[in-house]
Amino acid sequence: MNNTNQNNTQKSGVHPKKPWDIFADWVNGEEPEDKMEKSEQYAVPQETHELHENISAQTVLHSESEHESHEKGHFLLKEYLTKFYKMYFGLSLIVGCVVVGILIYAVCTLPGYGLAENPTNNEVAQKYLEEGLEDTGAVNSVAGMILDYRAFDTFGESTVLFVAVAAVIMLMKRSMNKKNEARERLVAHEITIDKKDPNLVLKYSAVVLVPLTILFGIYVVLNGHISPGGGFSGGAIIGAGLMLYALAFGHDKISKVIHYRSFTMITGCALLTYAGCKAYSFYTGANHIGGGIPKGVPGAILSGGFILPLNICVGIIVALTMYGFYSLFSKGDL
Amino acid sequence: MPFVYNMPFFSILICMIGGVVTPFFRNRRIVQIVNTFILVAVFTMSLVLLITLLTAGESFTYMMGHFPAPWGNELRAGPLEALLALVFSIVMFLSLVGGMRGINIDIRATRVSLYYTMMNFLLSSMLALIYTNDIFTAYVFIEINTICACAIVMAKDIGMTVVATIRYLLMSLLGSGFFLFGVSMLYAITGHLLMSNIQSAVIELIYTGQYTVPLVTSLGLMVLGLSIKSALYPFHSWLPSAHGSSTTASSAILSGLVLKGYIILLVKIFYRVFTPDILASLHVTDVIFVLGVLGMVMGSVKALKETHVKRMIAYSSVAQIGYIYMGIGLGTQVGIMAACFHILVHAFTKPMLFLAANGLIDASGHQYEMKALRGSARKDILSGIGFTVGSLSMIGIPLFAGFAPKVFLGIGSIESDFHMIVTFLALALSSLLNALYYIPAVIAFWSKPKQQALEIAVKTAKSRRSVCLLCSIGVLIISNIALGIVYSPIMQTITTGLNLLG
Repeated sequence: MNNTNQNNTQKSGVHPKKPWDIFADWVNGEEPEDKMEKSEQYAVPQETHELHENISAQTVLHSESEHESHEKGHFLLKEYLTKFYKMYFGLSLIVGCVVVGILIYAVCTLPGYGLAENPTNNEVAQKYLEEGLEDTGAVNSVAGMILDYRAFDTFGESTVLFVAVAAVIMLMKRSMNKKNEARERLVAHEITIDKKDPNLVLKYSAVVLVPLTILFGIYVVLNGHISPGGGFSGGAIIGAGLMLYALAFGHDKISKVIHYRSFTMITGCALLTYAGCKAYSFYTGANHIGGGIPKGVPGAILSGGFILPLNICVGIIVALTMYGFYSLFSKGDL
Repeated sequence: MPFVYNMPFFSILICMIGGVVTPFFRNRRIVQIVNTFILVAVFTMSLVLLITLLTAGESFTYMMGHFPAPWGNELRAGPLEALLALVFSIVMFLSLVGGMRGINIDIRATRVSLYYTMMNFLLSSMLALIYTNDIFTAYVFIEINTICACAIVMAKDIGMTVVATIRYLLMSLLGSGFFLFGVSMLYAITGHLLMSNIQSAVIELIYTGQYTVPLVTSLGLMVLGLSIKSALYPFHSWLPSAHGSSTTASSAILSGLVLKGYIILLVKIFYRVFTPDILASLHVTDVIFVLGVLGMVMGSVKALKETHVKRMIAYSSVAQIGYIYMGIGLGTQVGIMAACFHILVHAFTKPMLFLAANGLIDASGHQYEMKALRGSARKDILSGIGFTVGSLSMIGIPLFAGFAPKVFLGIGSIESDFHMIVTFLALALSSLLNALYYIPAVIAFWSKPKQQALEIAVKTAKSRRSVCLLCSIGVLIISNIALGIVYSPIMQTITTGLNLLG
């Protein structure tokens, strides 16, 4: 064992090392030389620190050796990946089939759809349906459920939309990112195409459709507590109208109204209003200090306590979220 | 109802309002002040709540709105929840303060306000996961948590973090999807979303033998989803790149807190939705036990191979998550107590390791490889001490925080022979493996640097040390040693909390 070790090391002309020395070095924190190669297997190029001010001096020192090891690293990675993917395909197929099988089997054993003796048909659903109108003042019991009985969950869901848009802004907004010339050129090119291309069919149909769509969306939002609909569905319709407008007439006009500042302001204020209304009703409800809102006449527009303002808030958030996603992914800006 | 009982609701609400308000401001200072104010407020409220609940020895439910529980939403708080909220706010504050320099360097000025928005929402979602008594509310806040966690990885704008974020997002969404499947199946067979109501329905189902297949499947899916999201061993592949490549504050918070939020939810589901007897009879705890043991060993083995210091610490998290899951998998009261205590220990230790590693990386001229960090602790002594204390704590040396949970894990395993043998062997092996990668690193950091490294160090300016980093590492060292020496009051709090939870 020792002999072969020495032979190998003598051939390559390095000072021979006994296993004990290697171990001692390792315990002392010395890196064995052959470890370097293994560390190059990661899929991603090593981090660059362009933001760091004092980094330039040492990158010059290391740049050449790093370049070599990078190429070697990519080569190793390729071999490793081809082997991995061959196995991966078979394994994922098996795992996927097993999971699908288990899920289908479990779903088959669930209680049937809409049967009277189902566990879901209990006192909870009963109260929602029978006393919902009296408790919440909303004819549409779904709106009563999501915006009054379980308003905290809906607040969470609206926040999910806000957070998602904020994350996409962080990732995609051009002024928040590195200058990318190719991307800038592409966007400029698209804008000139938008201006040159008459797109008459789209424009004329948009002239008719956009106001109607947005109006219908507003109707669905405002009637959320009376008829099927509400903030989420109405907001989605308004968002579709905004997107159609942006498609037909370009982003220029709409981005004068909806830009980063106004976008965060409007959605933020809508969420704050939601939070304020519900905080009031949670606080009064939990501490049993009354604070009931007049429920109004069921079926009238001004009825259902907080449900109407909450529907409007949710509608604003959903509409702007949809438009924001469209705008950020198509143009990289708001 | 005493006014103190409003504290859980207020602390969630203040975080969410803070998150909504933060993007209005562009100035970095204002954003940081708002964030600090929120963290201090949450800290104060949790402290008041903890003291009140401990002296009274009780827990309570809080009605969210005018409708009582099965119809409306409900929060629930006991000493354990208050303690966790307290620790989460402290650790988040220390991580953000310590990583402030990293945030200023790594994250573009235009993104900073959105970064702090994400932090505020992240805290609110973790608080909601701790306090909620309703599994659908838990799902909603899991969604917020997922998006925010991905966003704080992505905030550092380099190619590596984007790749890491995509991996993290895919795995995390897979976990959320499984959890949602589980919740909806459980709703279909029990008809409830409130934890205590589900529990009575589940007990009845087990007793009558109805719907056993969907019950087991939904439990399995929820456990699978939460273990993917908290990086239990075979599902850990997203963790090292996400935690290893992001900015220091993000790494510290992701490793120290975000993983724990899901584990707390799992413990709550185990205690409040299913009972320990049901779990044992369905062999869920056995599976978790085996995976936990595997994670303890394999996480350390993977960490042994790493030469990138932050990835090494990230792999060590996989091993530590294994400890926590092993404690839960023991199925005994002491085991779960040890797991909860280890959550606190890891929440204090891992951020310290990341912050100290950041200090050492800065001191050696922004090098990440172990080789290049040689001798860096001599330049930044407090960071060196921080890393040493953290390492010793992770290995489980007495007088440091990591020792007590290991003892309690051992005690918790005594009830069954099989568990005892496996636990003791796993603890011994894992401690040995931990020592094998932490001790050489510590020795290397304190030993004399080579000539070349010295030259680089001379070139990098000396003004790299930041007061914030030093302060937060100092506080973390003190709290770590304090946790290691006076652990019995905290164990008592956890015991009271767990008794009230069941």
